[in-house]
Amino acid sequence: MKALRDGFGDEIIELGRENSKIYVIDCDIGKSCKTQPFAKELPEQYLNVGIAEQNAAGVGAGLATCGKIPFVCTYAAFGSMRMCEQIRQEMCYPMLNVKIACSHGGLTPANDGASHQCIEDIGIMRTLPNMTVIAPGDYYATRKLVKEATKIYGPVYLRFTRDAIPFVYDENEEFEIGKAKQLKSGNDVTIIASGSVLHLAVQAAEQLEAEGVSVRLIDMHTIKPLDKEIVRKALEETGAVITVEDHNIINGLGSAVCEVAAELGKGRVKRMGVQDQFGESGPYYKLLEKNGVTAELIAEAAKGAVSNG
Amino acid sequence: MEKEAKIALLKERAKELRKTALTMIYEANSGHPGGSLSAADLMAALYFDELRLNPENPRWEDRDRFVLSKGHVCPILYSALALRGFFPYETIHTLRKYGSILQGHPDMKRCPGVDISTGSLGQGISCAVGMAIAYKRDKKDARVFAMLGDGETNEGQVWEAVEAAVKYGLDNLVIIVDNNGLQNDGACADIMPTQDLCDKFKSFGCRTFCIDGHDMEQIVGVFEKIRMESGCCKPFAIVAKTVKGKGVSFMENVVKWHGVAPNDDEYKMAMAELEVGLK
Ligand SMILES: Cc1ncc(C[n+]2csc(CCOP(=O)(O)OP(=O)(O)O)c2C)c(N)n1
Ligand SMILES: [Mg+2]
Repeated sequence: MKALRDGFGDEIIELGRENSKIYVIDCDIGKSCKTQPFAKELPEQYLNVGIAEQNAAGVGAGLATCGKIPFVCTYAAFGSMRMCEQIRQEMCYPMLNVKIACSHGGLTPANDGASHQCIEDIGIMRTLPNMTVIAPGDYYATRKLVKEATKIYGPVYLRFTRDAIPFVYDENEEFEIGKAKQLKSGNDVTIIASGSVLHLAVQAAEQLEAEGVSVRLIDMHTIKPLDKEIVRKALEETGAVITVEDHNIINGLGSAVCEVAAELGKGRVKRMGVQDQFGESGPYYKLLEKNGVTAELIAEAAKGAVSNG
Repeated sequence: MEKEAKIALLKERAKELRKTALTMIYEANSGHPGGSLSAADLMAALYFDELRLNPENPRWEDRDRFVLSKGHVCPILYSALALRGFFPYETIHTLRKYGSILQGHPDMKRCPGVDISTGSLGQGISCAVGMAIAYKRDKKDARVFAMLGDGETNEGQVWEAVEAAVKYGLDNLVIIVDNNGLQNDGACADIMPTQDLCDKFKSFGCRTFCIDGHDMEQIVGVFEKIRMESGCCKPFAIVAKTVKGKGVSFMENVVKWHGVAPNDDEYKMAMAELEVGLK
């Protein structure tokens, strides 16, 4: 078990050591975004602009025009919404090489309640032209995808979460932006998950396998550009797809998959995720359960899709 | 009431607020003690003296409104609301629990007495400006009080709101800054120097007062002055010099206590100190 934000903190300091162009810009929550070791060791590559997210975004864009590779760090709610127009105007439109690295995505700042949770970011970010949107599914995926993000030119939105979650991968797993990972092959039904609920999809798939259901499992760590080919194959070969995400079912992974299905005119999709309602204070898994996102319910939905097929 | 008796009573209330807020954070094992404790004396004066409220009718149309723009210190607001009878005192044991009216940050739809939902810094003050404009246009004599953190003033929106308050001559708006000198990642002086906040509010055109935010006489005195100056056609700003964690020696001026709950031993020690009261 380890939190995705720790994966970011552990990786960014290594990247910073290797490449002095990599900058971190904090907005007074560096402690929560796990950038403090970076701040300490690499002060020449570090800025903290205080509680001023819009300014942070603009400063990041300015640095990028001078050849730096800034990671602007805050919580997902502020990174995707407070900075939204700055991201659009000063990063996406001019196609600048700035990375937005956000902790506290989804319902994970569970105790803090709705103001600090963020169920809208992926939808907002994927609607911006030129933006790449990434939601890693475990600590190791986070580390690799942060590194991959520095290898592509242009704005990238990286979504991490607060609390420790189980490992899905080990440190040797490699990732490619825009290329989903098929974790299980199967022909009856497909589960496509992303972000910090990937491990629930893994549990559901194991349960289904034990019951003799042939389930395909896909980690869609990149939501934009979406790996349409793997979605197309899943729709054509298994007929039914269940999407699972810690995000509003509107405009996130589920919607992106539905877009492919609708244009293909094939297959059925069931979206599992936050049911278009704000979060609240409470234990993380309780909040997910309120929205129907548990391993059991994912397995049930998959079985339902098979029997309807 | 005699002034001295009033001040003694308000100090007593501040003590209860501090104990209640700390108990809430301890029981929830999460929350923000530092900025709750620094705001306690100001909150006591507001909720037990200055604000015109009706706990029986929290949405009373002629009430004074209070905006906790630094929403993360809601335990101190919830304590005041509980002690004023906006909801049963026992509710304090539900902070941040599933289904509670006492959310991690204030939720106006759930919690009686909360005038606006906050938690994202820099936004509450704009809402306070909107409320004050509505009160003026509706010819009501009620007022609006907004409390901000000093770190919060990093947000440009704060200054946009102040400009609007000055433009619209909002002498029914009182902006209070809990100037405790610390924010999340460190001292304001290191993270983002605010410069002299008194000068800033003055230069923006506010009628500005600088006080010791733990001196109950000064707090009551400044509210009195502001009442007498109503009609000056300027928004009021109170920059209250405070100590983050005030009242618990090991929390005072220590950045770490911004957003962590005390453990069993720390809680016991803190409560014993709070019982004695401020020096
Ligand atoms: C827009 C926004 N950015 C970041 C945060 C995270 N945050 C919560 S409290 C805090 C520090 C606040 O410092 P200050 O305003 O001085 O409050 P106080 O010292 O009174 O606790 C931060 C950065 C937030 N709530 N809202
Ligand atoms: Mg402060």
